[in-house]
Amino acid sequence: MHIAVCIKQTPDSAASMAVVDGEVTWGDASMVVNPWDEYALEEAIRTREQHGGHVTALVLGPESAREVLKTAIAMGCDLGVMLSDEALAGCDARMTARVLATAIEKLGDVEIAIFGKQAIDGDTGLVPVSVACTLGWTPISYVAEINEMDVQNARIMVARSLEEGRQNCSGALPAVISVVKEINEPRYPSFIGIRKASKAEILVWDLAELGLDAVEIKVGESSVTWDDIRPIPARGGAVELIQGESMEAIAVILADRLMADRVI
Amino acid sequence: MASNVWVYIDHFQGQALPAAWETMGAAGEVAAELNTGVAALVFGHGVDDLAQQAADYGAEKVFLCDDVTLADFRVLAYGAAAAKLAVAETPEVILAPSTTRGRDLTALLGFELGVGVVADGIALKVVDGVVYVTRPVYAGKLHATVSAPGACPQIVTLRPRAFPRPEPAMGKAEVLQVEAALSEEDIGLQVTDYAASASEISLTDARIIVSGGRGVGGPDGFEPVRQLAVTLGAAIGASRAAVDAGWIPYSHQVGQTGKTVSPDLYIACGISGAIQHQAGMRTAKVIVAINKDSEAPIFKMAKYGVVADLFDAVPALTEEFKRRLGK
Repeated sequence: MHIAVCIKQTPDSAASMAVVDGEVTWGDASMVVNPWDEYALEEAIRTREQHGGHVTALVLGPESAREVLKTAIAMGCDLGVMLSDEALAGCDARMTARVLATAIEKLGDVEIAIFGKQAIDGDTGLVPVSVACTLGWTPISYVAEINEMDVQNARIMVARSLEEGRQNCSGALPAVISVVKEINEPRYPSFIGIRKASKAEILVWDLAELGLDAVEIKVGESSVTWDDIRPIPARGGAVELIQGESMEAIAVILADRLMADRVI
Repeated sequence: MASNVWVYIDHFQGQALPAAWETMGAAGEVAAELNTGVAALVFGHGVDDLAQQAADYGAEKVFLCDDVTLADFRVLAYGAAAAKLAVAETPEVILAPSTTRGRDLTALLGFELGVGVVADGIALKVVDGVVYVTRPVYAGKLHATVSAPGACPQIVTLRPRAFPRPEPAMGKAEVLQVEAALSEEDIGLQVTDYAASASEISLTDARIIVSGGRGVGGPDGFEPVRQLAVTLGAAIGASRAAVDAGWIPYSHQVGQTGKTVSPDLYIACGISGAIQHQAGMRTAKVIVAINKDSEAPIFKMAKYGVVADLFDAVPALTEEFKRRLGK
């Protein structure tokens, strides 16, 4: 089967973010595969290992995003596709979904598209369901386990992770799924994989290649606008270190403070 | 009066999530600014009680869609019914809590109605009819003000525990029955069953969280953490280090690749406070750090700190609260 896995390039999760002249910066922290997408990559590769076929990794982003496709190929993906166009700078979740869906359609024979549950920069979690809607495929979010993939009958059985616990359900293929951390333990790229990735050809598709019109999909005037971005307000004041003659005495003082703060 | 601010009442098997009522509270304020009223979307099967509760929380109108195909939340079924209704009724604003269901539903609505969705708000302001939303981005390291000025409706999800839950009062709403939009064959997804997690207090709804990290040293080390949590009626959290070590299940993880929480009180026991952990708990009102290492970054965020071994400090605190709370 043909498996698509959609990933994003984000600043490393350990990066300290700052805003300089209205622009977001992360100093010299590296750009990485969005941490949630590592689970999507791993699940895509495991699905191929079980059912055969091939895995295509897609990323929407600037030229620098090529690096995360190399990571994807080094982990075991077969092909990397970059969706890159100047007109896509700052596009919102809905437009991102439109472009990804068009690219998945262009691949032709994809039966399942796998996403991480959200990206750690925008943090909206809106894209996977939007892609499913655009394609007319079954959306299945927050997947914690793929129990069975019945390609013959075009069904997928999964467990989803909800606030209340796990929900077991069965959906029709083709499907777009988003996965959570519980689903697997992502592998590290192998030495052979890294060598393969360094030589791999990466397809680059711009909007024209996808048959999309920049004006028609309103690229550039994203319907969700970021009016302002700023550091988070500082937490008030320095820590009060509670000291006392004994641990019991410390506990008394701390309990007094917390009750005075009305948080207990 | 028209009811042009809509709220999706998120529920599980007829039980509303606290975040649904918090969203009702925020909706009331938006509606007042827009000089309109609040309508609740109550979708499900056998959910008449929820319609009354929505009225008690301030809904003037309830769109009640009661259908067997809506017994479980399925985004295609809920979304199709909501989209059809929105096309007919043209609300100005649709709000939902940013729960798993709220996020999925709004993504689908955004697609169907051709508008962008503003996700995960923690504060709202209405200026000239536009809803400006403050939301954490980059895992909570920055705040952005986000809006969709040209969108009709403006669709916004709100983070649980970011808005106060209003006091319910006996309310009366006009209840309008709405038909489901899809038949079972059109939905493409069937729910088999649920394996609910043990009846623990949900981290995202919790007022108090007691969390353990690397310092607990092993699965047994969570015992004092658990004791304090039980005494305080708190949920139990954990850092990634403790989860990855296999000491406690992933469902307890707080942080960038775990849950984002906003309790009134967060007691971090043996947690150093790596930036990824901070991402999940920095919006807690009061943070208490208990750690042997006085240099641990968690002390920079904490209001109160105890530099001590958690195995001494946590049981002492438990005893003190048992005494005070009469347990």
